[in-house]
Amino acid sequence: MSHIKKAFEQGKAFIAFLTCGDPDLETTEQLIKGIADAGADLIELGIPFSDPTAEGPVIQEANLRALAAGTTTDKIFDMVRRVRQTVGVPMVFMTYANVVFSYGTERFLETAAGIGMDGVILPDVPYEEKEEFAPVCQKHGLDFISLVAPTSNDRIKKIAKEASGFVYCVSSLGVTGMRSEITSDVGSMVKLVHESGSVPAAVGFGISTPEQAAQMAKTADGVIVGSAIVKLIGQHGREALPFVADYVRAMKEAVGRAETRAQE
Amino acid sequence: MSKGRFGIHGGQYIPETLMNAVMELEEAYRHYQCDPQFQEELTGLLNDYAGRPSRLYFAEKMTKDLGGARVYLKREDLNHTGAHKINNVLGQVLLAKKMGKTRVIAETGAGQHGVATATAAALMDMECEIFMGKEDTERQALNVYKMRLLGARVHPVTSGTGTLKDAVSETMREWTSRIADTHYVLGSVMGPHPFPTIVRDFQAVISREIKEQLMEKEGRLPDAVLACVGGGSNAIGAFYHFIEDPSVCLIGCEAAGRGVDTFETAATMTTGRPGIFHGMKSYFCQDKYGQIAPVYSISAGLDYPGVGPEHAWLHDIGRAEYVAVTDDEAVDAFEYLSRTEGIIPAIESAHAVAYARKLAPQMGRDKIVVINLSGRGDKDCAAIARYRGEEIFE
Repeated sequence: MSHIKKAFEQGKAFIAFLTCGDPDLETTEQLIKGIADAGADLIELGIPFSDPTAEGPVIQEANLRALAAGTTTDKIFDMVRRVRQTVGVPMVFMTYANVVFSYGTERFLETAAGIGMDGVILPDVPYEEKEEFAPVCQKHGLDFISLVAPTSNDRIKKIAKEASGFVYCVSSLGVTGMRSEITSDVGSMVKLVHESGSVPAAVGFGISTPEQAAQMAKTADGVIVGSAIVKLIGQHGREALPFVADYVRAMKEAVGRAETRAQE
Repeated sequence: MSKGRFGIHGGQYIPETLMNAVMELEEAYRHYQCDPQFQEELTGLLNDYAGRPSRLYFAEKMTKDLGGARVYLKREDLNHTGAHKINNVLGQVLLAKKMGKTRVIAETGAGQHGVATATAAALMDMECEIFMGKEDTERQALNVYKMRLLGARVHPVTSGTGTLKDAVSETMREWTSRIADTHYVLGSVMGPHPFPTIVRDFQAVISREIKEQLMEKEGRLPDAVLACVGGGSNAIGAFYHFIEDPSVCLIGCEAAGRGVDTFETAATMTTGRPGIFHGMKSYFCQDKYGQIAPVYSISAGLDYPGVGPEHAWLHDIGRAEYVAVTDDEAVDAFEYLSRTEGIIPAIESAHAVAYARKLAPQMGRDKIVVINLSGRGDKDCAAIARYRGEEIFE
């Protein structure tokens, strides 16, 4: 069984994202520990990319801050090696295809597995292109996380059927970032994922408040939050830890509440 | 290997949100490509509205001056809106209209593709929004005004380096947020499949005409075809019908900027390596960790860190040759063609003229060189004047 599945075993999962190296890797290391201690069930580590085409302004800026601070893939690998000695929660890399491809797909994925990562999310690698990455992930024991979107329609079945780890359900059209309202029919997307495959469905894009998280957790197995956390890091820089930890605790609690209600 | 491959290059590296949109586009294109009524309508627009076929002009003075191969200029600069861009845009906007779309969006570098898209949108009653790097809106203020005059909204892009690549990224983001009524009119032979194929097919009219026109004038094929390459749409258009004719040298002229040994360059084939970006696998200027490099060229239209996947493949198999031309050489050629032939070329096209000035004298007088003059240079006059230290007002 993949390590990622454990994230969903204790009930509804709260999944936190942050960009590695924003504002620097020492801070990222503290934040990972803090986020894990605050109750996150899975952590997505963003490897910064110069041109993150699936991201809204908040994460775009975090990517640029991290790169400006001299963050590189190798330095992130070193940081993960250190952090893995104390942090046990499942972790996945989220980055763009070119970061993996230009490092050498085999070399990147072998290293990622070796330092204790559990999977990768590549938002610019759809179902049609996954043969280049997914089998290599599998070979090294990593889950290649598939995404489905509100426009996926009849594609959801085949994507979910071959999915590994969990299915990342993109809640809304457009790029990452906080939204006041989520209008897509997330419920049916999740239902289709459940009917078609055997892995959990986590919802991300646009979620920032505990109310939204609770709402999404009614149907989904997990809730993913990125921009809201990255925004706190952007605001508080090296002092962000207490703010991020409080936020993660509140969100985890909201996700848990949804579950209690669901069971009642 | 997935669809839309040119050797290892091409593919569809895009967010899942866009997948059904590109599949719908491919299906529609396959259908209308074989639809005689669509083709007739498009040919009508190209001929009566855009002014095709464009002339193939024998540059006699330039030929005499260079003392070697006979030089012909394919006058894409004489098309409506002043560049080859209109060929692709009329095709795509007509296709979008047939698909029931009511809104088109596009990126632009120098502004030529933005102006062409705004033009076709005005003609075919489509809502139009153009994304242009902030730096480029300043370099090409006149084109920004033209787009607005034509009824388009222009969004200056401030993310990243504020140039063409960021305009492409921002247009992709916009498309991801609004797909149902919107078509992305990609301006070059790049991006995810099926764009490199669609844009190439719409631009291939250039080489089809060169072949016919030269056959009429000289009774034979050219020995070399030269074109500037940013994303590579005018070049693939000029090359396409000669790919199967091995005697014809195909030469793409990239922007070396201040030189390929400096960081201020946009010569992708010369300084880049394989990567995955903007929906495609191809050559990209990037660092060892795959971060896309900031590129530079005096020409806003060639200021792009990648190149279309079909060019990458033509390069890999050795069918086409790619050479780098510096800002200085391009500006010299801009002035040279103006004085010698009374034709002011776009600074992009001047890169091809510059290489022809080196190549033609080395070839025999019985040889023939065709330069694809992809655009006219009115838009560049103020910038070239500034380059030469003269401050003029547009």
